[in-house]
Amino acid sequence: MPVTLTMHTEPEVPLEAPCLNPDSLLGKNSNEVAGLQVMHGNQAACVGDFFNVEGDADTSLNIIGNLERVKYLGAGMLSGSLNISGNVGAHLGAGMRGGQILVDGNTGDWVAPEMAGGRIVIKGNAGHLVGSAHRGSATGISGGEIIIHGNVRNETGHAMRNGLIVVGGNAGDFTGVNMLAGTIVVLGDMGIRSGAGMKRGTIICMQEAEILPTFEPACLYRPVFMRILLQHLRSLGMDICDDFMSGNYRRWCGDAVELNRGEILLFNGA
Amino acid sequence: MKINNTEIIDTFAEALSKLGSRGIITAASSEWAMAAARSVTGFATSVIGCKCEAGIEKLLDENETPDHRPGVSVLIFSMDAAGLGKRLVERIGQCVMTCPTTACFNGLEAEESVVVGGQLRYFGDGHQMSKKIAGRRLWRIPVMDGEFLVDENFGIGAAVGGGNLILLGADSEITLAAASGAVGAMREIDDIILPFPDGVVRSGSKVGSRYKSLGASTNDAYCPSLRAVTAHSALPDNAHCALEIVIDGLNEDAVRQAMQAGMYAAAATGVLQVTAGNYGGNLGQYKIDLKSLVK
Repeated sequence: MPVTLTMHTEPEVPLEAPCLNPDSLLGKNSNEVAGLQVMHGNQAACVGDFFNVEGDADTSLNIIGNLERVKYLGAGMLSGSLNISGNVGAHLGAGMRGGQILVDGNTGDWVAPEMAGGRIVIKGNAGHLVGSAHRGSATGISGGEIIIHGNVRNETGHAMRNGLIVVGGNAGDFTGVNMLAGTIVVLGDMGIRSGAGMKRGTIICMQEAEILPTFEPACLYRPVFMRILLQHLRSLGMDICDDFMSGNYRRWCGDAVELNRGEILLFNGA
Repeated sequence: MKINNTEIIDTFAEALSKLGSRGIITAASSEWAMAAARSVTGFATSVIGCKCEAGIEKLLDENETPDHRPGVSVLIFSMDAAGLGKRLVERIGQCVMTCPTTACFNGLEAEESVVVGGQLRYFGDGHQMSKKIAGRRLWRIPVMDGEFLVDENFGIGAAVGGGNLILLGADSEITLAAASGAVGAMREIDDIILPFPDGVVRSGSKVGSRYKSLGASTNDAYCPSLRAVTAHSALPDNAHCALEIVIDGLNEDAVRQAMQAGMYAAAATGVLQVTAGNYGGNLGQYKIDLKSLVK
């Protein structure tokens, strides 16, 4: 039986709970889980101060409640599944290397900074800096998949090195800023300055978008890899229409202020 | 033993262990996919002279291919992993990448693999890009009609090469009709190819030659024109034509199924005898007894 944590007391200030991931809890009974230390602001506290704990931990962990002030859930996760019902605070899945996090709700900023593997699926919206590098760090996510069904705000995939970020709704400004490689897909509208400073990598948007003057148009074509990629997104539950699969895409190359080996592909109709 | 009026000779086909791979070629139309498939499987009848054996396995519709475009699956066989890897790189690079609108995917999940797209990517001269999608690394190589998409790795697995049937008929027309019928039936079987022209070979060979430089020479036992001069003709008096069908497969069971289908189809056309080629059991790892295929 997977362990289930149900919030009974909402924290008054941010609660940092990096221990709440399936790897850290594996093999612990409910009392042991309730006794794990978390930081409530600058004060040490226990999981049981905020959550009712049921079940003995296995590879699956369920967390229920309004978790908007709970940070670092699933941080450093290596395996297993973390299922969250409710809104979540910042730094979800920070440094995650494996396993899967499913959020039935919205998330705060900094989803999965410097993630290296695994998958995060967010049914709602996410904040700024999804899948990004920490400030001062050269490299963002280096692997894994972040699937967001709703909208995101600015700097999604900042300095990402590898992996896949998918936004089912709209993205804010600076999507893929300083991107090194990897793939970002935005099904809705994309804000301004996408791909600024990108060296390599692919930003795909299914709507018209304003492109920086340091990007040059290359061609209009039907990239075959798009069929494979979008089928994969369909398999993950994203709503992908047939026109996207086989359609025309305009390819922009940039950013010329950097290596100029990146690309932005804009859907241009069936 | 007989099927209808066709005698099934009490002998066996001797097949060898090989390594095999499957490529899935897709394109904007089945015609272009087939064009690439024909090219990539050309000059690949026998490992002796062509370094590999290759053939078209079957047509694939949009729901059977990784990119949901029309496709063709091809099988390529060779004697070792290094050789098979080289042949895949050469053939996919020269015959599939060159063909408009095509992409080429690995079609064989196996523990062992060889790097193909990872080699071909250098054609992109630094402009190539890779995408890892659902654990699968693909290379996008820029070409003049857009991009050539190819899997980085192709699986290779143990395979069976050289299953065969030899059909003996009263004349060329009857034997050729029997061979064509057999080929049609055998092509219904998955996991096999018939590497010779339209599946049929007339220049069956024996091991060795009176010329030291040759490792194989004409199979005089089945040459009707040599009946009077060879000491060991295997042709019955009323047989004046022999045609062979060679089968390579990804497993022994598929080769056996194909041989069985071919044997029954040939027998239905009135061919005199169905026999098989072997090397006395001294060379191949597989012995497929014709009698064991009779239902």
